[in-house]
Amino acid sequence: MCNFSQNPNVIELDNFIEEINAKETDLIAVLHRAQNLFGYISEEVLSHISKKIGVPKASIYGVVSFYSYFTTEPRGKNVINVCMGTACFVRGSEKILREFESQLRIKSGETTIDKNFTIDSLRCVGACGLAPVVMVNDKVYGRAETSDVARIISECEV
Amino acid sequence: MLKNIEDLRKIREENQGLLFLRKNPNITSEKKEILVCGGTGCHSSQSKEIMEAFNVEIEKMNLTGKASCHITGCFGFCEKGPIVKVYPDDVFYTEVKISDVGEILKTHILGGQKVDRLLYLDPKSNERIDTQHHMDFYRKQVRIALRNCGLLDPEKIEEYIANDGYMALAELLLTKQPIDIINTMKESGLRGRGGGGFPTGSKWGMALRSVSDQKYMICNADEGDPGAFMDRSILEGDPHSIIEAMAIGGYAIGATKGVVYIRAEYPLAIKRLKIAIDQARKYNLLGKNIMNSGFDFDIDIKYGAGAFVCGEETALIQSIEGHRGEPVSKPPYPSESGLFGKPTVVNNVETLANIPIIFQKGAAWFSSIGSEHSKGTKVFALAGKINNVGLVEVPMGITLREIIYEIGGGIKGGHAFKSVQTGGPSGGCITESNLDTPIDYESLSKIGSMMGSGGMIVMDEENCMVNIAKFYLDFTVEESCGKCTACRIGTKRLLEILNRIVEGKGEEDDLDKLTKLSETIKDTALCGLGQTAPNPILSTIKYFQEEYKAHIIDKRCPSGVCKDLLRYEIGDACIGCTKCARACPVDAISGKVREKHFIDQAKCIKCGSCYTACPVKPVKAVLIV
Repeated sequence: MCNFSQNPNVIELDNFIEEINAKETDLIAVLHRAQNLFGYISEEVLSHISKKIGVPKASIYGVVSFYSYFTTEPRGKNVINVCMGTACFVRGSEKILREFESQLRIKSGETTIDKNFTIDSLRCVGACGLAPVVMVNDKVYGRAETSDVARIISECEV
Repeated sequence: MLKNIEDLRKIREENQGLLFLRKNPNITSEKKEILVCGGTGCHSSQSKEIMEAFNVEIEKMNLTGKASCHITGCFGFCEKGPIVKVYPDDVFYTEVKISDVGEILKTHILGGQKVDRLLYLDPKSNERIDTQHHMDFYRKQVRIALRNCGLLDPEKIEEYIANDGYMALAELLLTKQPIDIINTMKESGLRGRGGGGFPTGSKWGMALRSVSDQKYMICNADEGDPGAFMDRSILEGDPHSIIEAMAIGGYAIGATKGVVYIRAEYPLAIKRLKIAIDQARKYNLLGKNIMNSGFDFDIDIKYGAGAFVCGEETALIQSIEGHRGEPVSKPPYPSESGLFGKPTVVNNVETLANIPIIFQKGAAWFSSIGSEHSKGTKVFALAGKINNVGLVEVPMGITLREIIYEIGGGIKGGHAFKSVQTGGPSGGCITESNLDTPIDYESLSKIGSMMGSGGMIVMDEENCMVNIAKFYLDFTVEESCGKCTACRIGTKRLLEILNRIVEGKGEEDDLDKLTKLSETIKDTALCGLGQTAPNPILSTIKYFQEEYKAHIIDKRCPSGVCKDLLRYEIGDACIGCTKCARACPVDAISGKVREKHFIDQAKCIKCGSCYTACPVKPVKAVLIV
């Protein structure tokens, strides 16, 4: 535990909590910051936030599990998001998602054992003109086809 | 720091030069201004890099005195992005790449000639069109909410002020009483653009009447309809309009605090909004004693975290308070007891974007646009199987046919129109027979859909309507907050029935079951999400009953989409090349070289590899039946 509190990310989170004088109403802002810093909300981080802002762990877990943006599992180095917004869906994004799943041998929402890839879907990135859209980390691949899947995977750094 | 309206007027006059080239199209000028679209679609196709390349090249070619380049908000024509516009020549370049930058500078800026190959090619006349106003895509549009997108640099408050920005706020603060403002809003006829269509003036009036030491003005930027992105584009392209409108609203209802609740998934919109708020504070257009009027107002940003239900105003308020975003029953309405139990107005982004200009041009001007009960314009995110994907703003009362065939340029790839879906997961599908319905809140409800936030998805004969209904139900099941039984369990049961149908296990009374359960959920769910969740099913059953029956009775998917209802067979055209047998991952295909092959249906997993591999032309030997 003493290692945990010296972790620079924890120090940064604590500074943030102090800076905004976080209360219960700031819980979501604190969770956003924590996920930014750690990549996911581990139980350890959750307990820490609970102590810091005086909100029961159960309530925080209730909030974390309610919002799809927060995750309690570590994500892969490359997060592949296939847009499943309606515009992308009617232009065949479901097929592209299946192709990623079959090539990486994991299901949507899962991470490969080597922690290199996570596949997920999201709802509308607002680039409907480029539908169907695949986002890898922050990079957008527009007008994607199933035949592009192998190339997109190979362009990822592992 | 502005002390009064005179100071604001002075800033406006001082900065007129910024907009001179843009506001005086086609004047002769040595200097040109290059605007690059910074909307999400174009941004994703490297528009920022294009802008940077322009600036590097301008320097390299010693053109600094002759040309400047910067980002602006969404032009709307996402299909043809990235868009680059040159002022004052009013030339509109489409699908610009970084490699085109040099040519535009050499040919257009230095040589005074348009780069023909980058101009929009009109598919009807096959001619190049150089200016926006002559394109079918823009001809019928009326841009009010999007008026500054594609015109101003969203990161410069001076440009907004030069374009009469904040003048409405200043005049109202100094010369009008809150009740006058609410009366003007009522006269304008503006209704909420987030979906429900509640009259904005009445909403404000109720909050004004509620007595409290503290009130709140909230901007709902939790745009959750998967396929609508107008709120995002407005925030990215014109954040100051939203700030000005919130301050006007704050003054009208007596709120000193504003909150923008925005999706965390919109980083660019958040960045531009933050910049705009900081700039407004610097000029004392936000903060204490705005322009010495005695009115205090400031805005905070709160982030959503990916929950569709938070677009519902009571759930949104729960989320701002740091809780799970579960709706609460109304009444009391937020205008009586909202954020932290105080009177609160929640307005959607597009609604707010209309407000400053209503006060600039008057309620009569605004209410002269649109139809009898729906005034002004509506922005739609036109997408799906349509030629011109993009953001379009049209006067209420226009027909769907005009939007799809004139503005949208018809169906992609020469396919046949099948249906258009409006209202997202709360809306319904509209068929050919209703395409001449004038669009307004009431008429869309009458034909089983709704205005919603403005998603408009066009579908052709390759889209299976049962699968589309299933897609929306998948969405609502995932997004149901779980608080009320009708929505939590009801939508799940609906989805189970739909899943059964697309898997070929549908039973004859399924349609009956779907309809009855849908009606029950509509009547009993707690909030708008649940009450409208069955709409995609009810409207597809109403208009596409034959398609449901084909799935349930004939175990067949007429559009060839539902995998479990498909069968692959090899026809007589087979040349025996063995390509399909080699492509098959489960060895289901047998046959000798140069002889007809055969698929073992018991082994086949319907992956479609054989169909892709088959080289026979023009009709493949592998058939989908």
